This record gives sequence, C-alpha cells and structure tokens, in this order.
Amino acid sequence: MTEDFKPILTARYGIEGSETLAVAEKHGVYSQARRALTTMSPDQIKDEVKKAKIRGRGGAGFPAGVKWGFLNPGEGQDVYLVVNGDESEPGTFKDRTLMNNDPHRLIEGCLITCYAIGAHVAYIYVRGELAHSIDILESALAEARAKGYVGKTPFGKNHPIEVYTHSGAGAYICGEETALLNSLEGRRGEPRLKPPYPAIEGVFGMPTVVNNIETIQSVPDIIEIGGEAWCGKTELGEEWNDGGVRLYGISGHVKTPGVYEAPVGITMRQLIEDYGGGMLHEDRPLKGVVPGGSSTPVLRPDRKVHAPNEEDRLHPWHGMSEIDVPMGVETYRELGTMLGTTCAIVMDSSVNMVEACRNLMKFYKHESCGQCTPCREGCGWLLDVLNGLADGTGKSGDVRLLVDIANNMMGNTICAFAEGTAMPLLGFVRQFRDEFETAAAGGLPSETRLDGSTRDGVERAA
Amino acid sequence: MTGDEPGHSVQMFSRVRLRPSLIVFMTFSLPPEAEAKIEDLLGRYPTKRAACLPVLWMCQREHGWISPDVIQFVAKRLELSTAVVKGVVTFYTMFFEHEVAPNVVWVCRTLSCDLRGGKVVQEHLEKRFGCHAGETSTCGNFTLLKAECLAACGQAPMVQINDEYHENLTLEKLDAIIDGIEANEPAGGAISNAETAG
Repeated sequence: MTEDFKPILTARYGIEGSETLAVAEKHGVYSQARRALTTMSPDQIKDEVKKAKIRGRGGAGFPAGVKWGFLNPGEGQDVYLVVNGDESEPGTFKDRTLMNNDPHRLIEGCLITCYAIGAHVAYIYVRGELAHSIDILESALAEARAKGYVGKTPFGKNHPIEVYTHSGAGAYICGEETALLNSLEGRRGEPRLKPPYPAIEGVFGMPTVVNNIETIQSVPDIIEIGGEAWCGKTELGEEWNDGGVRLYGISGHVKTPGVYEAPVGITMRQLIEDYGGGMLHEDRPLKGVVPGGSSTPVLRPDRKVHAPNEEDRLHPWHGMSEIDVPMGVETYRELGTMLGTTCAIVMDSSVNMVEACRNLMKFYKHESCGQCTPCREGCGWLLDVLNGLADGTGKSGDVRLLVDIANNMMGNTICAFAEGTAMPLLGFVRQFRDEFETAAAGGLPSETRLDGSTRDGVERAA
Repeated sequence: MTGDEPGHSVQMFSRVRLRPSLIVFMTFSLPPEAEAKIEDLLGRYPTKRAACLPVLWMCQREHGWISPDVIQFVAKRLELSTAVVKGVVTFYTMFFEHEVAPNVVWVCRTLSCDLRGGKVVQEHLEKRFGCHAGETSTCGNFTLLKAECLAACGQAPMVQINDEYHENLTLEKLDAIIDGIEANEPAGGAISNAETAG
C-alpha cells in the first residue's frame, strides 16, 4: 500500500531546486492558479473545495469549505487570507516540510484561495524559530512577484493579490487563530473571545479566513483533479466526511521518524509499522502513542474499542485495538481522543507515563498566555501536583485532584488551550491510572528519564 | 517613565556589566538603510502597529537584544506607547530583555526530543559551557536556553543556534558544531557571566 500510492502533496519533495520557481513550474506549480484565475469563477472554486471535504489540517479539523462559506463581507469591507504557519504543537513538524520543499505551491494555494474568497492580501504567519523557512518563502515570493504571479494582475487577471510573510517570536498560543490575528496586528498574542469568528471580524476588524499551511497547500491539488476525485482518495467511508490525502508525522521510539503522505484513514498501526519502520527496539514494545500532537489524548495498543451496538459509529471496529481504528477527524473523536495534526509521538515500554505527562504539562504551563484564571492557575497547579508525584511528596488524593483541576479548567476559558492541556492530562490518567497511583504512593525513582531507549545512541561516539 | 535618565538602564539591569561610557550616551537607532525596509513593512499593513513585531526583529538582529532604548525607538517610530511595546516584548520568548551572548543555543526539551535524548544534550552543554540553562557560558560566547517544541520532532534530539537548526544530534556532532563556532569567536567572548532570562 505504501508502494503503489502516488504522492501528490509531496510530489516535488526531493527534486533538486524544488524551492525555485523555474523548477517548481516545470513540475506543474502555478498551472492550477493560472487555470483557476482565468477560467473559473470564485463560486466554482469554493464548490470544489466543499466537495473535497478537506478537514482543516491545523489540528481542529474543521471543514475548510464550510469555513470559507461563513464569509459575508459588508460594504467597504476588505477580506483577508491568513495562513497559519505557527506550527508549535509538540510532535508536529509537517508544515515546515511544505514551506521548505514546495514554497511555490503554497503561494499558488494562496493565489487561488484569495481569488475564491475575494481577498487581495494574504499573510503567511510563520513561527519565529523557522527563520530558514521564512527565508525560503521570501525568496520564492520575490521570484513570484518578479514573474507577475503575485501582484496587480496575476496571470493577467484584474484581481490584485499580495502575499506577505510575517514572523512570530516564540509563542505556541499564536497558533490559536484569534491569538494569531492579534499577533499579526502587533499585539500580545492573546486569544479573543469567539464569536465573533474571524470570518465576520478577523484581522484589522475585517472578514478573515484563517487556514493551516497544509490546507491551503492542498487547494491546487483539489483544483487540479476536482474536489470529488480528491475527496475519493480517502480510505474512509463517505459517512465520515473526511476526504483526500494528508501529511502524517511520526516521532519518538520508531526506526524511521519523519513526515509521510498517505490517504486519510490509514490506521495508527500502519503509521507506526509501515511508515515509521516499526518500534526502535524489538524487545521494547509499544506502550502508548500520542496520536496527533500533544493536545490529543494518548492511545494504548492493548485497549479495545467498545462499540457493541449497530448504531455505534465505531461498531465495525468493536473489540479491535484502539490503534486499528482508521485515523479520521470523526473516528478519533468517537474513540475519545482527537486526530489533531496526525503527527504521532510513539512511546515504548521504557517510558514512565507520569514523566511523559509531566513533560507535556511543563510545556502547557510555559505556553499559557495567562489571560484566564482557570488556565493560568490550572496549568501551574497541574504541574505542581505532578512534580509532587515525581519527587515523592505526592498524596493519595492527588490523582483525583489532577482530574478535578483538569475538569474545572475546561469550558471556562476564552480559548481551547485549557482543553488542550486538560484533555491529554485526563487521557494519561485514564489510560495509565495505576502508574499515577503508584507515583502518588511513593514517587518516581530518582533516575526516571524519558531517554532510556535512546540515550546510548546519542552519547556514544558515532 | 522613559529611558532617558542615564542611570536608569544600569538600575534595571544591574546584573549586566556595561562599560561606563555606554551608560551616558545610549540611544538606539537603526542604520539609514533600514529606514527603507521599515517603510516597505509599513506598506504591508493598514496599521502602523502591525509592523511592531517585524520592527522589533530588525532591532534585535541589529542590537542583539531589546533594550529600553530599542523600546523607545520602536514606540516613537510606530506611534505607540512604550508600555504597549514593552507589553509585546515581554510576551514573546524570542525577544530578549537582557543582553545575551553572540550565540544563543536553544535545546528543545519537549516530549519527542526528550524521548530521543534532549536531556542528554542539555546536560552535556551545561558541562561544556560551565553554566545552567538560562545562563551564559563562562567563556561568554554562548547563552544556553531551554526551548519548547521547535517542530523538528522527527530529527530529534536537536538544538537551535541563533537562526539555524542542528538536528539528528549525537554528542560528537554537537561538540563539532560548538568547536566550529568557538573557532570563529574572539577570545574572551562578548559578555562575561551575565545571567540572562530566556
């Protein structure tokens, strides 16, 4: 299945000079923008994207075609496209490869999208640490402007489009769409209350479509083969509303970590074994896998799907391992986790799950923007309790306390960061409760580290 | 509160040792060529404020860190209050509010990297640099900081040094990279034993 799959999103990866306009164009880039802008109407383009059933690739999985449909600009309002390249979700490293390997296809996606939604300016917001990617994008934009593809009359069409990059400066929360808009406006990257949604009131108070890099980069492919055909590449049934192909990432204790393109709907087991090369050590089996970035609850290979009734959506997989359920936005929601960014973090039997959880809670505490008391205080409190579990000062009620804190964070904040922190915490506790109770009783051994399976390889001279 | 009192910066950042002559005459400005770049940036957004992060980046690339004088400069140029600019600076991890060494080394310690030896990398650098994470090396050439996920998970463990990523590290590779940087640095380093906040 990996052998006969022909990549389309990553088709130009590995071609010498793929980041230059000359090489990219030779391999088809800008042909769809030309076709879309000169022979299609905005409504036709929006229709194809709807038919494609592409779920947002940034982690929330909201259908892009539906989001574009929310636009309803009033008299004198400018529409903006903002592309979210703030890739900061732990475990996630796929958008970076798109920017580095195929920047012109991203620009092409921006051109088609701007034309479709009536925007004349697109900002590609890229996290500040990816200075190299920003450089590549800037070079590509200079080439595109010189060719006239970006500018007053792209492909001769009287629809001016400018595309700019905008660098972040180190803040995970700026990946949240409204925080990103605030950051783009030159403010602290603090999320806004929704509604109003960006499509109504976004950047500079104007109607704005915010989409992930991979989502926009997929638009030329959708136009090229048509929304329905693109949708049909999924391995999921129609009822799951999840079309096409996507990028999967895999990291942690596997032999070939990396970014791989595959149809929507492969299983986690396939991702680990067929793409990730299988577990790093034969004698250290899979213990748990965070499926799609740190905000998604952890899966256990030895937990079985419980869907005994015909009406249960996961009934076809009743009794099978959690990692044998096809990966989709809605299948994973039914499973009690989230698909997120489809970038998996694989942990073998050497990993202590309290320590893994603590690592992630340190991340969330650091990254909370601090606006909302339940999140700001909750993140800190969760980490304090986990630190107590680790150093032996925990108490028997601590595990219940963790669950309590998490439950009181969710639903009580301006944005979903609190959910992003609380859900994985609850996932670890639910799936590995015994480890947490053991730690509450006696702490963790003082030499507990996460690198038991890889330390030798890093320390030993090559 | 402005930054024009001569003793002000020394008072606020007393842990950073500054040459006395600098204390009296510190005002910040960008070189004349930068003005064209700022004009270009301002043309990209409907508000001056939106140029805040890009201009702060230009200043930090020039000056090494965001000093009170930089904040004054940005505030004046973009017609914002210094309080607003300061608020932006304090929010973002990559803007430094204290002087840092010429080479800032970020070690990623989030889950995927820690599973592949991120802690080993940090411990090794702390030993080599003679300082803890959050501090500057005894030689003054490196500031060591812990980073959250840098989107390099499949190539872990890794470090970011200034604008560059160094991935798929072994300690041997890492030492060679540091050796290479040290070979190009002036003897004695740029600042000594300054404690910096990442």
